[in-house]
Order: sequence, then C-alpha cells, then structure tokens
Amino acid sequence: MGSAPASDRALVPPGGTPSYVADSVRTAAKILVVGHFAVGKTTFVGTLSEIRPLRTEEPLSQAGAHVDDLAGVPDKTATTVAMDFGRLTLSDSLVLYLFGAPGQKRFTRLWTDMLQGALGALVLADTRRLHQSFDVMGLLEEFGMPYAVAVNQFDGAPHFPEEEIREALDLLPDTPLIGCDARDTASSTKALIALVEHLQTRPALAPQES
Amino acid sequence: MTPPRKREQGLVRAYVVTDGRAHPTRNTLDIVSLVNAVPGRSPAGLTPERRAVMDLCRGGALSVAEVAGYLALPISVTKVLISDLIDSGHIIARAAIPKAQLPDVQLLQEVLDGLRARL
Repeated sequence: MGSAPASDRALVPPGGTPSYVADSVRTAAKILVVGHFAVGKTTFVGTLSEIRPLRTEEPLSQAGAHVDDLAGVPDKTATTVAMDFGRLTLSDSLVLYLFGAPGQKRFTRLWTDMLQGALGALVLADTRRLHQSFDVMGLLEEFGMPYAVAVNQFDGAPHFPEEEIREALDLLPDTPLIGCDARDTASSTKALIALVEHLQTRPALAPQES
Repeated sequence: MTPPRKREQGLVRAYVVTDGRAHPTRNTLDIVSLVNAVPGRSPAGLTPERRAVMDLCRGGALSVAEVAGYLALPISVTKVLISDLIDSGHIIARAAIPKAQLPDVQLLQEVLDGLRARL
C-alpha cells in the first residue's frame, strides 16, 4: 500500500552509518514528490532510493512565523513538518535526490528550500481523494514549478478513465497523467521518466530564481 | 503527568546550537549541495554540533539534507552550521550549485538517461 511504512522511527538514524556520495559525482539534482497526507510519498521515495530514506523535521514556529497561522491547532506536534528524502545515483557524475513533502502552504520556508533549483515535481494522487490534490497543485503553479501527476494505485481504490481523472483534477492538456504503484520500482521509475520527458518538452526553460 | 517527549529534545536545542541564528551566512547552499570535511583540518575548538558535522563529513560527501537527516537536525539549522564551517575552512562544498553551470537541457537528458538505465 502506498502509505507510510510501519517503522517510521527507522527513518531517523542519528548516528546511523552514512552512505556517502561517490567521489566522481559532480552534480546533484532534485525532484520533488508531493501530495496530500498518506498518498504514498514516503513509499515512493523509499522504493526508488538506494540509501535508506532519511527524514528531517523542520520546526514551523520559527520557519515562517509571519505566515503560519497555528491558531486552533491544539496539538503541538503541528509545529513541525517532516520531510522524507532519498538518493539515486544516475551516473558516475550525477546523483538525483527525491524529496517527499506535504503540499501545504504554511510550510513556506521548507518549500522555498525544496523548490529552489528543483527540476520539477511529481504530484502523487489517490483516486479516492482527488480533491485533496488541489492544494499542492495550486502551490506548484504559484511557484511556477512544472509537474506531472501520478495516480498511486491503491488496492481497492476505484479506477476511472483517464479523461475523468483529468477533468476532476482540472489538468492542462499537456500535463502528464500516469498511473503508478509506489511500491514497485519499475512503475515508480516510469512515473519519474514521464515527468522528466515532460520537463524536456517545455519551451525555453526559465532560469531558476534564487 | 505528561511523559517527557524525546523527539522535542533536538528542536529545543536546535537554535541554541546556531547561537539563535536562523539564517546561514551564505545563500549559495542548497539542500542538495554536496559537502565534505577538509582533509586534515582539526575539529579542535568546535562546538559539539559543529564537530558532529565535521565527523560525519569526514568519510566523504553528503548533501546538506543528508547531513541534517543523519544528525537529526532541521535543515535550516544544518545550513547555518555548515555555512559557519565553510567560513572557518572546515568544510568545503563540492558541487556548489551545479545547476547554474550545467544547461538544463543537458542535465535533464542526463537524468532521463540515468532513469531509463534503471529499468
């Protein structure tokens, strides 16, 4: 299932054995894997990562005090946001980092850090909760970050014709819509390939602002 | 009585270890900038957290995000620490924002080739 693994604690290995980047690597690229809660981001990153996925937690109270509105959020744990990420070595000189993060606007600092220099984003969606993908898609559009949508096929989730999903998500005609199983390496790899192929077709890539 | 929460521990200390600063001294550090320790540089005199970064980065290169993950520190704090260590000559950034040097078109093709090769 495309949800978080049972042993979330294992994702935080303070003092764990680091897996270093090869000496020959000169370039590090990043792609974002975004979507709503429990859509399978952690699973997707874990499936593709060659290292044990890592997790960082970012405090929100400091990170974006001027934009965060935590009023009415009684649970203090809401003041941190977790981000899972993994790494793939793509050639002797290139590694790709995948960052899985929630698409909520109040995580502004984290978003800025993640979006800066990212090649693009893969939006994971769940056919049972398509409307929950609107927030993250809107956020990506606001930042001008190109994306593709991958429907994570959960067991027992309804299958809809592509046209219906496109309509429900209000996708632009050229936004790729792919099905994927976040537990499956080949399927998840193909979803990333569809994203990168889409990125290649974009006319005159705008330089990344920093 | 509320039991003590272990996970809070790192977050309270986090901004103490940066002397209260939330922003790094340089803006060129990306979360995927690759950093490693300068060989032969002694960690003597460093705070425990900066020493931990040094120790971690002695074995090879890691991204800023990985350093944060291994040390269980927020990325924002890790960037401050690494910036300080770069300023003091303890850490060097290997792939300093390579995206500016490599044409996007070429980088995308390399990413695509690498992904296809995994199938």
